[in-house]
Amino acid sequence: MIPTLFGLTLPFLILAALTIAGAVAAALLRNLVHCALSLTITFAGLALLYLNLDAQFVGFVQMLVYIGAVAILVVFAILLTRGAGMPEYRSFSSNWLLGLVLAAATFALLAWAVTLSLPASAASAAPAVTVQGIGVALMTTYVLPLEIVAILLTVALIGAVIVAMPEAKSAKSPSAGKAGAQ
Amino acid sequence: MTPLAGFLIVAALVFSIGLAIALTRRNAILVLIGIELMLNAANLNLIAFWRFGPHPEALTGMMFAIFSIAVAAAEAAVGLGLVIAYHRHSKTTDLDTMTRMKG
Amino acid sequence: MSLPSQLDQVFVLLQHWVAGLFPVWLQPFVATVLAVVGIVASFPAIFAVTTVLERKGLGRIQNRLGPNRVGPLGILQPVADGIKSLTKEDIVPFTADGLVHFLAPVVLVVAVFLGFAVLPIGRNMVLANMDAGLLFFFAIGASTELSVFMAGWSSRNKYSLLGAMRAVAQMISYEVPLLLSATVIVMMTGSLSTVKIVEAQGGFTGFLPHWYVFTPWGFAGFVLFVIAALAETNRSPFDLPEGESELVAGYFTEYSGFKFALFFLGEYLGMFSIAGFAITLFLGGWGAPFSFLGFVPSWGWFFLKLLGAIALFIWLRGTLPRLRQDQLMNFAWKFMLPMTLLNLVVAGAWRFMGEGPFGGVTRWLVCSAVLLAAYVLLGRVLMRHQKLGPRSYRYAE
Repeated sequence: MIPTLFGLTLPFLILAALTIAGAVAAALLRNLVHCALSLTITFAGLALLYLNLDAQFVGFVQMLVYIGAVAILVVFAILLTRGAGMPEYRSFSSNWLLGLVLAAATFALLAWAVTLSLPASAASAAPAVTVQGIGVALMTTYVLPLEIVAILLTVALIGAVIVAMPEAKSAKSPSAGKAGAQ
Repeated sequence: MTPLAGFLIVAALVFSIGLAIALTRRNAILVLIGIELMLNAANLNLIAFWRFGPHPEALTGMMFAIFSIAVAAAEAAVGLGLVIAYHRHSKTTDLDTMTRMKG
Repeated sequence: MSLPSQLDQVFVLLQHWVAGLFPVWLQPFVATVLAVVGIVASFPAIFAVTTVLERKGLGRIQNRLGPNRVGPLGILQPVADGIKSLTKEDIVPFTADGLVHFLAPVVLVVAVFLGFAVLPIGRNMVLANMDAGLLFFFAIGASTELSVFMAGWSSRNKYSLLGAMRAVAQMISYEVPLLLSATVIVMMTGSLSTVKIVEAQGGFTGFLPHWYVFTPWGFAGFVLFVIAALAETNRSPFDLPEGESELVAGYFTEYSGFKFALFFLGEYLGMFSIAGFAITLFLGGWGAPFSFLGFVPSWGWFFLKLLGAIALFIWLRGTLPRLRQDQLMNFAWKFMLPMTLLNLVVAGAWRFMGEGPFGGVTRWLVCSAVLLAAYVLLGRVLMRHQKLGPRSYRYAE
């Protein structure tokens, strides 16, 4: 039997704490690479939360896309913009207080809505989802969005390469090749 | 607290932290990170509603999450490409000094 | 149960027997722990054997003896190496980022060990029979890139950082052909589960097995997969990230003692897991190569094939020179990617041409011809501007 606390299971609480801690660290740390690495912890925590929600496929896709690609892209961008050295003199914006208040207000609103509106429904049994089922759904019901996403990704790939390409003179920069990797 | 409420609170927290990062940090890359966090929080909501909703066999929430991950990856690639391009022009990624639209 | 099948299942039976000694509610937990212990014990043991085999094999290729001092014929060399690496001083550079510097090798080894969880080592011998097992392996493999970056960046050494950036760029570039060449198998099997992929290759025609490598698309996929796997594990000829002559060993320059040993272990275990997946996907996993050899235990076949793959990797390392960075990137994006994409199309065509009376021969001819023509054409076009041939050395002679 899985031990519970306030009606929440212990694995969930641990994963939630991990996710939140990574996000808070990304918000507070001054060194950009540390921020990117703690962001990776958040991504991993979210992937594990998806696994905890019986969404195996999405969890692994999250790991592959976010830890394997987005996190690497972020650290590459940090190194290419020379942000990896010493922490910046001032890493927070001049109107940080306003931003913080806005974020806190957003959280208060969301939390209030969640606690107010949800009926106390018991958890249903885990749905049996196979990868084959997801594939069939992608190829039948969701085939139009799939094609649109394919076009979007192609456009994004070409666009990222063109945006990051050096203007005319030199042949090829590492950033162009790297953006192409995605 | 029901499990669904727990997941929604976590998602709300991640969303707010992402918003805080996007609003308070000066570095353009960190702002992008904040936006990624907000997208991830939305994904967590989608998966949680799919899992605890009345029709999990319809896969709707999961499909939304998969497409959202794909779109977020594209967004990250283009966004970081823009930051690198801007950095090449003006040698900075500081948003407080990014006040001109001209290159 | 007959003797061969008992021998085949000896580890599974042992696991059940030991788990049976515990109370019922603990049994699944104990069974998992036992399986983990088996993996954690056996693959590092192969690592120890491989280090000495590699050094001796490379020695023979380079016309020297290799290690032959410790124990008979030098087979106790790994023990000496292990004692050395455990007792050496652990030096961390003064300016290094302590926590990240410490975490990098740990992340690498943990991620690599996780990859073995979905690898079917024998009949009924897989730790986690996941529905999306193959995806899990690639997702875990993606996180090793991050540990390489962490190691290179936290050392505050420009050679380390250069090596790490090279490694990450290389791994990202070759991950695309690696994934795409494995996708062919998923298309044919209709499953991402490693167990089902092995089972789909289980049959025999006459005495020949139904391995995917014995089809045009399977052979092309296998070759592409092995090339991408070599690049993914930073093995020669793709070992630029740790080129000793250019980067003083790349991203683990600043590691010493046990942490260096962990990197070494992680690198070799990564090679084993990716070779294991090549075997699972293309070489029939734990299946016997001929129908009349079915009496040999399935795990025996797996480890034999694994040793064969390791021997191939050592042979390649002793034979091929290191690539240049631009050659590496050109090869990934201009040759590997188009070939893997074409292979996907060919596999689809193979699937829809069917078995029919003439379909069998026709599809063999058509698919082989398409792949061969593409290989020749692409190779010709890419080689056109490469001025290859005897080089004149201005200073060396």
